[in-house]
Amino acid sequence: MTNYEKYLNVFVESFSVSADDAVNLEYQGIPEWDSVGHMGLVAAVEDTFDIMLDTDDIIDFSSFVKGKEILSKNYNIEF
Amino acid sequence: MVWEFARYKDNTALTDEWDTHVTYGELDKIGEDIRRAVGERCLVFVMCQNRIGSVVGYASFVFHGIVPVLLSSHLEKELLDNLIRMYEPKYIWAPEEQMAEYDSYDCEKVYGIYGYSLLKTGFETEHPLNDELCLLLTTSGSTGSPKFVRQSYANVESNARSIVEYLKIDENEKPITTLPMNYTYGLSIINSHFMVGAKILMTDKGLMQKEFWNFFRSEEATSFGGVPYTYEMLERLRFFQMDLPSLRYMTQAGGKLTPELHKKFAEYAEQTGKEFIVMYGQCEATARMGYLPAEKALEKCGSMGVAIPGGEFHLIDDNGNVVAEPHVTGELVYEGANVTLGYAECGADLMKGDERGGVLRTGDMAQFDEEGYYYIVGRKKRFLKIYGNRVNLEEIDHMIKGKFGNIECASTGKDDHMYIFVTEEAIAGEVKNFVVSMTKLNPAAFKTIVVDKIPKNDSGKTLYRELAKYYE
Repeated sequence: MTNYEKYLNVFVESFSVSADDAVNLEYQGIPEWDSVGHMGLVAAVEDTFDIMLDTDDIIDFSSFVKGKEILSKNYNIEF
Repeated sequence: MVWEFARYKDNTALTDEWDTHVTYGELDKIGEDIRRAVGERCLVFVMCQNRIGSVVGYASFVFHGIVPVLLSSHLEKELLDNLIRMYEPKYIWAPEEQMAEYDSYDCEKVYGIYGYSLLKTGFETEHPLNDELCLLLTTSGSTGSPKFVRQSYANVESNARSIVEYLKIDENEKPITTLPMNYTYGLSIINSHFMVGAKILMTDKGLMQKEFWNFFRSEEATSFGGVPYTYEMLERLRFFQMDLPSLRYMTQAGGKLTPELHKKFAEYAEQTGKEFIVMYGQCEATARMGYLPAEKALEKCGSMGVAIPGGEFHLIDDNGNVVAEPHVTGELVYEGANVTLGYAECGADLMKGDERGGVLRTGDMAQFDEEGYYYIVGRKKRFLKIYGNRVNLEEIDHMIKGKFGNIECASTGKDDHMYIFVTEEAIAGEVKNFVVSMTKLNPAAFKTIVVDKIPKNDSGKTLYRELAKYYE
C-alpha cells in the first residue's frame, strides 16, 4: 500500500465514509468528525505511520488536505 | 436575586474570539430591554450554544424572573417538537439562523441581540409557574426525554455561592467554556462566575481546534472544566508539555476519571503550581455536591472528596440505615440547599413546589475512608455517562423498541462505550444509526452485538450481567 492509500484508508475506517467522500472531509463537516472523532483519527494516523504528532499539528489537522500537508512537511512522509 | 450585575457594571462579563465584549452594566441594561419585550413571568425555551447571545438571553431571563428551559440548539428536531408541544413555551430564544425552524409555531420576532432572536410563539394556554422556579434543565440532554429538573432561585444561588467559596473565585477569574451551557456543569461555571463579576470567555470551539487555544492564550484564561473524556483528549494533545502560564486551575466532573489519569493531572498541577480539582455532582443537586480539595488530589487519588460548603453526605444500606463504617458500600445521600425541587414531566408539573425537602438519594453507590473522603464505586440505576452525558439505558431500549416494532434488544456497557444487543443481524446497523442520530453523540461510543437471544430470567427480566461477557 502506498502512503496515500494508507492515509486515505485511515479516514475511510475512522469515519465510515467512501474514499470519494474522504478526500473532501473537514473537521466538523460530518457528525463523526467532532472532537471525539478527531482523537480517534489522530490515534489511527499515529499508529499507521508510527509517528507522534505534536500538539500544534493535532490542532492544525483540520481537513483531509491539511493533514496530508502536515504529514509531508513535518514528518517526512512522502505522498 | 441570584446576581448583582449593577455592582460590577464596569467589569466585562462576556468576551468571545471576535472581540465582542459585554460588561455587567450592559448585561443589566439588555436585561431590562428583554424584560420589557417579554412582559411578564413566563416560560422561555433557550436554544443554547456557547455564544454570547445565548448567555445574554439566559442571564436576562433568570435576572428578571422569567423561567428558561435550557436545551441544546442541536437537539434532534422531532424531540424538540415534542417538548415544545408538551410545555407550550410563550417564547423561544434561538440563534437567528435557526429561526425558520420554528415557523410552525406561528412565531413572531419581538427582539434580537448578538445573533439571537426572541420569538413569541402562538400558544394561547400557559402553564402556571411555581414562584420558586428559576430554571429547567434536562437530565439527559441527549435522549430528549421530556423530564426536566426543576431548579429554584435558592438552589442556583446556594450552589453558586458554595462554588465561589471552595474554588476561591473572584472577579479576576477568566474561565473559558469547554462544556455546553445547557449542561448543568457548564451552567454552574457561568452562574458562579457571574456571582463575583468575573469575565467568561465564550467559545463554541473545542480543545481539538487551534482557534480554541489561540483564544485561550490571547485572553489568558485562568480555568476550565472537563468531563473524563476531556482529560483523555488533553493527554493525547500532549497537554503536559503545553505552556499555559495563565491557567490557575482545572476542574473535573461528569463521571469518574480513571485513577491513572487523576494521578497524572494531579502531578502535573503540583509540578506547575496549578490546581486540579475533582468534583462530584448531578443536575438534581443543581450542579455540584462534592469536591476533592486540590491539596488532597494526589493523596486521595480516585476519590471525589467531601461535601461542598453547606452540604452533607452520608451512605445508606439496603434497609435505609446509615452506614457508619468506612469502606462499606452504600447509596450516597446528599443534603443541602442546592437539592432541587424535583422533576417536571409535563406542563402541569411546573406549578409543583419542593418535593425533596433538601435530601437527594443520588443513585450512586459509594464508600468513605477513615478520614471521610468519598469514593464512587458503582451505580444503582441503569445509565451510562457518554462523553459526560447521562444516557439512560432504559430510555434507549424504549426508543429502539418504539422505532423497530418491539424487537428484542438490550443496551448496556460502560462509560463512553455502549453495547446494544439485538437478535436480528439484518437491522443491527440501522439500530446503531438510529441511536446515534437520536443521541447526537459520536458513533465511536456505540457498538451493536448480535446474539441468538437476549438472556432473561424466569420473570422476563433481562440479565445484563450475562451480556457483560461479550464486551469485558
